[in-house]
Amino acid sequence: MARYILKRVVISVPVLLGVALVLFLLLNVVPGDPITIMMGEHIKPALVESFRARMHLDDPVLVRFVRYITGALRWDFGVSYKLEREVSDLIRESLPHTIKLTVCAALVSWLIGIPAGIVSAVRHNTLADRFFMGFSLLGISLPIFWAGLLMQYVFAFRLQWLPVTGYYSLRYYIMPALVLGWSSAGAIARLTRSNLLETMKHDYIRTARAKGLKETAVVTAHALKNAMLPVVTVMAIQVAGLLGGAVMTESIFGIPGLGRVAVNAIADRDMPLLQGTILFTTGIVIAGNLAADIICAFLDPRIRVE
Amino acid sequence: MDTADNGTLSIKNLSTHFFTRRGIAAAVDDVTLFIPKKSVVGVVGESGCGKSVTALSVLRLVSRPGRIVSGSVSLGGEDLLAKSPAEMRQIRGSRISMIFQEPMTSLNPVYTAGRQVMEAMMIHGGTGKAEARDRTVEMFRAVGIPEPERRFRAFPHQLSGGLRQRVMIAMAMVCRPSLMIADEPTTALDVTIEAQILHLMKELQETFGTSIMMITHNMGVVAEICDYVYVMYAGKIVEQAGVFELFDDTRHPYTLGLLGSIPRHGSPKGRLLGIPGTVPSLLDLPKGCRFSPRCDRAERYCSEREPEMYEVAPGHKVRCFHCSGGSKGGSP
Ligand SMILES: Nc1ncnc2c1ncn2[C@@H]1O[C@H](COP(=O)(O)OP(=O)(O)OP(=O)(O)O)[C@@H](O)[C@H]1O
Ligand SMILES: [Mg+2]
Repeated sequence: MARYILKRVVISVPVLLGVALVLFLLLNVVPGDPITIMMGEHIKPALVESFRARMHLDDPVLVRFVRYITGALRWDFGVSYKLEREVSDLIRESLPHTIKLTVCAALVSWLIGIPAGIVSAVRHNTLADRFFMGFSLLGISLPIFWAGLLMQYVFAFRLQWLPVTGYYSLRYYIMPALVLGWSSAGAIARLTRSNLLETMKHDYIRTARAKGLKETAVVTAHALKNAMLPVVTVMAIQVAGLLGGAVMTESIFGIPGLGRVAVNAIADRDMPLLQGTILFTTGIVIAGNLAADIICAFLDPRIRVE
Repeated sequence: MDTADNGTLSIKNLSTHFFTRRGIAAAVDDVTLFIPKKSVVGVVGESGCGKSVTALSVLRLVSRPGRIVSGSVSLGGEDLLAKSPAEMRQIRGSRISMIFQEPMTSLNPVYTAGRQVMEAMMIHGGTGKAEARDRTVEMFRAVGIPEPERRFRAFPHQLSGGLRQRVMIAMAMVCRPSLMIADEPTTALDVTIEAQILHLMKELQETFGTSIMMITHNMGVVAEICDYVYVMYAGKIVEQAGVFELFDDTRHPYTLGLLGSIPRHGSPKGRLLGIPGTVPSLLDLPKGCRFSPRCDRAERYCSEREPEMYEVAPGHKVRCFHCSGGSKGGSP
């Protein structure tokens, strides 16, 4: 087991480096001088030169990449052009909001998605199944901005139960968490249902029944552990995705999370900030995949040995 | 059966149908079958003739769209079809246990072999964990699993096919059931392992006095282990007899065909006689005798009326007009 985890960790290092390199090339080598893009066409050449020197933009790309990576390892992503502050500080400030939103949304998604999927599978083709699957489909297909605005209209404007936007207490996170959680719950519920239905067809389920186990024990002890393997992977990737910033939700509900930082960086052509947030997000996604692999290895002994 | 004692399984006029979109398939059609205490009774027939569905009907584990539509199943005089689901669960795994064809897939891959065997005992025996553990290891030893303590902690993928089937047998025997249903327990195994497993089952049957319902399509297995045999064709019993009688005085053309498909001493090397044609679809059964389209002795009346079970000798019954005793070669 320890060896398996170590192997997974070691494998993810080159993946992260590879992604970082591609990202760096995309942002630095593609045609178009970032300074002119950033400061406009009519800037004085002397100013451009001093800027280039200050940012070491005239060094070879590889040198700049190595400098960037070694910096990132020390939690140093450079300085934001626009805000003239450390990128790492900007990430650190926005991260708590994103984490709060992620935790709330993931809780909503799991607490609704997994039970809904189980009920739908056990009672498949019944009214309950149809209801949950319809609910999931809606969650998956409704655009976030639409669901968000609808909720704001109903719960904040009409019923006045919840605040419209902001991030001052947990109450502010209820609506964004519901909006985000609903859409991920949809995916989780459908995946749980289809996997559980598939697992229930296996011979060992018949063995468990022939042993005299209760149907609830057959489902929870014997089927669910097998059926959850792919679901766990999706759950981990979803959480990683949420941690990378829920751009749309954060914008609608005025939460200054990572997503907002990244969007502002794009709008401001703030290369170091954009690069930093994307690299950070990539790291989280890779860590999420790693976590999924490790959890699956705990659930399934067959994965551990290979 | 009036003389039903504790170990006897009695199936009377059992019909189990599958209600599919394309029609009703009578997978088990009016089957009557007895398994006396401490005996090994074979159920033979080609693939799809309803052997597994008969077995699953006994445990009431036929899954949708299948359903038992009529008949009775009783164990030691108790009507199993009248039991509540909770009462039925008490019986499964403790008084009737079942071994399946595929040892590779019949064990749950995410739990250890020991845990899966222990589980059966802990639901039924009310035994504590430590005792269940000890008895499982003991059972592993009894079914010939080498290094039982180590195998207790092994996951199914770490065991060979033969060992997994031994684990299944341990699971089936650990609660000392009065009946063990073995659904083609050796089909997926190679010949030497098959012989070992059959030997083991016979041995366990003798030591624990468990009856065995041995489902197979292999007449060799029947000869090896069974006391009495039922031959099934397309959902119906077509011949039943004691094992010696069945081999020495085979009556039904279908049974003859099945016997022809095992290579025996004296028969030309490697030649399998087999049976011409294929099993009919249950949704589109031939008129009259179900075997008539494939039968080399079929007469016109065979495809017009369905034959009954005729008793040709004590304990030997055949569903064939050509065996209707009194009226020799009898037309109906
Ligand atoms: N889930 C199902 N849906 C529809 N029909 C079914 C279903 N399961 C079984 N049947 C029908 O029941 C018949 C008997 O199946 P059964 O599994 O008992 O055959 P078997 O004699 O055990 O064959 P095998 O030697 O292949 O195991 C099949 O021919 C099929 O038509
Ligand atoms: Mg079968």
